[in-house]
Amino acid sequence: MKKELVKTKILQKREVAPNIFEFIIDADNALRESKAGQFIHIKCGDGVYLRRPISICELFENKLRFLFEVKGEGTRELAENEQGDFLDILGPLGIGFTTNKTYQTPVVIGGGIGIYPLLQVAKEVNPITILGFRNKSLITLEDDFKKVSKDVIITTDDGSYGRKGLVTDSLCEILSKKTVDAIFVCGPMPMIKAVRKIALEHNIFCEVSLEERMACGIGACLCCATKVKSPVVGEDYTYFHVCKAGPVFDAKEVMLDE
Amino acid sequence: MSRNMEIDFCGVKFKNPVVTSSGTFGFGKEYNDYYDISALGGIGVKGLTLKPRTGNPPPRVAETPSGMLNSVGLQNPGVESFLKYVLPQLKKIDTNIIVNISGNTMEEYCEMADIISDSGCHIIEMNVSCPNVKQGGVAFGTNPDTIYEITNKVKKHCKIPLVVKLSPNVTDIAEMAKAAEAGGADGLSLINTLLGMSIDIHKRRPILRNNVGGLSGPCVKPIAVRMVWQVKNAVEIPLIGMGGISTGEDAVEFMLAGASLVSVGTANFVNPYAARDTVEGIEKYLDKYDIEDINYIIGKVEAWN
Repeated sequence: MKKELVKTKILQKREVAPNIFEFIIDADNALRESKAGQFIHIKCGDGVYLRRPISICELFENKLRFLFEVKGEGTRELAENEQGDFLDILGPLGIGFTTNKTYQTPVVIGGGIGIYPLLQVAKEVNPITILGFRNKSLITLEDDFKKVSKDVIITTDDGSYGRKGLVTDSLCEILSKKTVDAIFVCGPMPMIKAVRKIALEHNIFCEVSLEERMACGIGACLCCATKVKSPVVGEDYTYFHVCKAGPVFDAKEVMLDE
Repeated sequence: MSRNMEIDFCGVKFKNPVVTSSGTFGFGKEYNDYYDISALGGIGVKGLTLKPRTGNPPPRVAETPSGMLNSVGLQNPGVESFLKYVLPQLKKIDTNIIVNISGNTMEEYCEMADIISDSGCHIIEMNVSCPNVKQGGVAFGTNPDTIYEITNKVKKHCKIPLVVKLSPNVTDIAEMAKAAEAGGADGLSLINTLLGMSIDIHKRRPILRNNVGGLSGPCVKPIAVRMVWQVKNAVEIPLIGMGGISTGEDAVEFMLAGASLVSVGTANFVNPYAARDTVEGIEKYLDKYDIEDINYIIGKVEAWN
């Protein structure tokens, strides 16, 4: 069976926060095989050349939900698509989170627009969820996470909602009371680095979802490199590719510019 | 209607003129997952070096108007690993294999030519034009005397046809082409990427971690067509034309300019079927103008006086 390029319909479009859009698309096609943490590679419009990788937020009733922030030309064009329009998509692509194991106390940690790929994870592992935002106005998906988590802790940098402080403060508090056996994280790089450090110190299984500028999305161009500890003896590091070896990596494997 | 799509290129039979550009097609497998790549005349595999290379730090890619910049830096597993682990699978696919090689020294090019000559691959493409590596690469490809010397040396180690891949980052590409021909090249491929740069004005930093990189995609096509035409008028050996080919129409343009084979590169990233679509597009063109043999259109542009 050959993989296929999908042309599929936008069923719903919504601006959930300023410049943040939610699309729900028809996944009664190759997209129904999507797994938590995988991504889709979208032709945004005629004005940009390369596809843009967008993480999968949730799969339900043969529908796929994704959210994105308008950051540049590609996402701006993507946001111009309307309900009923068709999107040209490669996917699902990449390797997602390991959700097919049983965890006692898994923790899902997300920051800002990095929380989107974690909703499907939360649905599958019923975790304690910690979500960090800069301020109250940027909070999204709180109710969605509440429905599928044991507990949801929201932190804001300025204290305008939930707890004031960083997600790592809340994580350390949980670790002082409970034995956590898995951490799934996605967000800004400083946050991923901080969570990874804590996970490694406590010897907790941890998976991180990474982002990198990408071209082909399928492992041919070798553009979306991330530094990993080399499996080859005598070599300190090598580059794996976010589109094919990731976007989800074992925290022990990636170096994140160490 | 019946039409001939077969091309004899340097004594190697290609079932059609469409091949893929090194660095844009992995080792074929990624695209064979989407369609049967035996539909293509040949595939150009990721550029190989004698020893494995980790490549440049990211970001390695930047979008540009109608194209992209890359600074991958020849990340590859090395020629030995290619022969041992990749090639046996690749040989099961009924298409020609063009092996692209890069070296730090002339001796490395020669050693790789020796190894590949006995591997069952069809064409050696000598990359003297990679803009993303410090040693070798483009340093060999921008001086006619050096091109002559390296071609002359490497040719003695080749038991299969040697194609020299030319850099567009020169004042007179025809001069480089003539030097490669004089050195004994069996064919030429052109163009490699154009050296470019893109700056994030908000961060005041280049987007590429390597600062500069190779420009490719539809934006380079007119430059590539012009260079193919200039080179065709300067040498006798056959050409592989590339640079922004995304469709059959683009491919025909290159063939009219003088290319015997046409290579699809960056377009694969946007449309995984781009190379196969290009074959079909060329067939449609032949049908439209009742042309029975693809060979008829090679170099048939009628330039204005």
